[in-house]
Amino acid sequence: MDDLMPSTPEKMESGIPGFDFVSDGGLPIARTTLVSGSAGSGKTIFAAQFLAEGITKYGQAGVFVTFEECPKDLRRNLRSFGWAIEDWESAGKWAFVDASPELVPEEVVVGDFDFGGLLARVEHAVRRHSASRVVIDSLGAVFGRYERSSRIRMELLRIAASLRAIGVTALITAERTEEYGTIARFGIEEFVADNVIILRNVLEEEKRRRTIEILKFRGTSHRKGEFPFTILPHGGVIVIPLSAMELKQRSSDSRVTSGSPELDAMCGGGLLNDSIVLVSGATGTGKTLMVTHFIHGGAAQGDRCLLFAYEESREQLGRNASGWGMGFEELERQGKVKIVCAYPESASLEDHLIRIKEHIDEFRPNRIAVDSLSAMERIATVRGFREFVLGLTSFAKDAEITGLFTSTTPTLTGGTSVTEAHISSITDSIILLRYVELFGEMRRGIAVLKMRGSRHEKDIRELSIDGSGMHIGTPFRNVTGILAGNPVQVALTDALRLQDITDSDVLR
Amino acid sequence: MTKHLLKLYIAGRTERSDLAIARINEVCQSKGMEEFELVVIDVLERPQLAEDEKILATPTLVKELPPPLKRIVGDLSDKEKLLIGLDLVPRSQ
Repeated sequence: MDDLMPSTPEKMESGIPGFDFVSDGGLPIARTTLVSGSAGSGKTIFAAQFLAEGITKYGQAGVFVTFEECPKDLRRNLRSFGWAIEDWESAGKWAFVDASPELVPEEVVVGDFDFGGLLARVEHAVRRHSASRVVIDSLGAVFGRYERSSRIRMELLRIAASLRAIGVTALITAERTEEYGTIARFGIEEFVADNVIILRNVLEEEKRRRTIEILKFRGTSHRKGEFPFTILPHGGVIVIPLSAMELKQRSSDSRVTSGSPELDAMCGGGLLNDSIVLVSGATGTGKTLMVTHFIHGGAAQGDRCLLFAYEESREQLGRNASGWGMGFEELERQGKVKIVCAYPESASLEDHLIRIKEHIDEFRPNRIAVDSLSAMERIATVRGFREFVLGLTSFAKDAEITGLFTSTTPTLTGGTSVTEAHISSITDSIILLRYVELFGEMRRGIAVLKMRGSRHEKDIRELSIDGSGMHIGTPFRNVTGILAGNPVQVALTDALRLQDITDSDVLR
Repeated sequence: MTKHLLKLYIAGRTERSDLAIARINEVCQSKGMEEFELVVIDVLERPQLAEDEKILATPTLVKELPPPLKRIVGDLSDKEKLLIGLDLVPRSQ
């Protein structure tokens, strides 16, 4: 009615990490957005954070209208996120409009009414504090107090219209009883807002997974689909915009050492800078050793190296590295190497990813290693894991870091793991470590399976491990079927004959 | 006779608020309450008072005296309920 030519609404940056990315710039300015979610989905935190970020990042005052918890409880509960609401209140940056049922005498409804009192209070608070952000938490509580849904719906439309008229950007929270179903419990709240965001807290294969989805933004764009988010105890909501991340592929020609001159030779002169390398092999084939070479070799040429170890403790890792003559202690003291050890089970996958990002941002490494990526499979759903790998890869690419990730294959003789199925197309290079049985003896083999943007050796060479680390020997000329996990020996003459009749580049 | 102190919170002079005021006067007179005081508060003019009293709906009638404190929300169109709300229903009936 008020504007005949609807223009695309501008957006107000919420300041909530990650959200402004998935929302293409924030919340529609001077509009009301509904945030709907089941109990425990983080609605109140999300809403409160909208005000908190407004104050700390943009100097914008906010008004919090609470129907459910009283201001006293809210101040206390939200303090743990580092939001000093009391201080903001005294500074005139944050104001509560207390519409909670606490301390209010019982009300009898006799005849028709409207929410004129509430509206006057909200407008008063907005004017007095020159607020540009308003939160109403939550609608369900209003419906609980007054029975007449149709009247309440009309009143909410009036409130939304009035908030729009005074030019504030508002968030209204509402409950939903199921994760995938009607948008909100009373089935009418969605008509109140032109914009709807859904927060979910879904139990998937015994794991909790929080996601945020922008269902609609009338007249303006946003990213589609569910995005995982997490709630950090000291920072609040962080949205992880994984599926929306762009995989930037830099074509770097410069080479960095893998830490092993022989492996560098197999890779055509070293690993490509900014590339992601996956090392796949069964337990005991030398993956952690390769990581040790990678870290040690990097640090030796002055790189800053960050290692995330999810399988071994710091002591174990240090002892093994020292055993190969590549101790980390001195390098850690010099600040060239940082080792982060954690059990995968100690946090959710989203939390791990955020910690990795924090460590990367803080340490600013040139190379990172994750040993092993497949340990993370234990704590995630297939979809969650894929998002984790994508996120990890894009952090590394974004920061122009060379990455080495390891993956443990489920069987001794090879085969592929879930990790590889998800990551192999994302990684730039894949190195295989395999057991090879020869004359009743277990030997180790190494092969460079793929290397994007570079020539590499096609041989499967023997890998031996001694007190100074790994050594790459001659190719297994007379064995076939190593990759299939079924090594069969052939007579050397057969192998040579085969070599004669095929392209020398394929078999060398 | 006990003194009655009633406060009525309204959002502007509307049909609804006029109706509520008329009802209150009617009931008080019919009950022979000479000593009653009705204070009408317009929340549009004095929003801070609405804030202090945590008024959500309008009209809201607050019976401050005699105790107990009572709140009645709406245009007071139902006379029976209004009487009950104001504790004006004779006990002997």
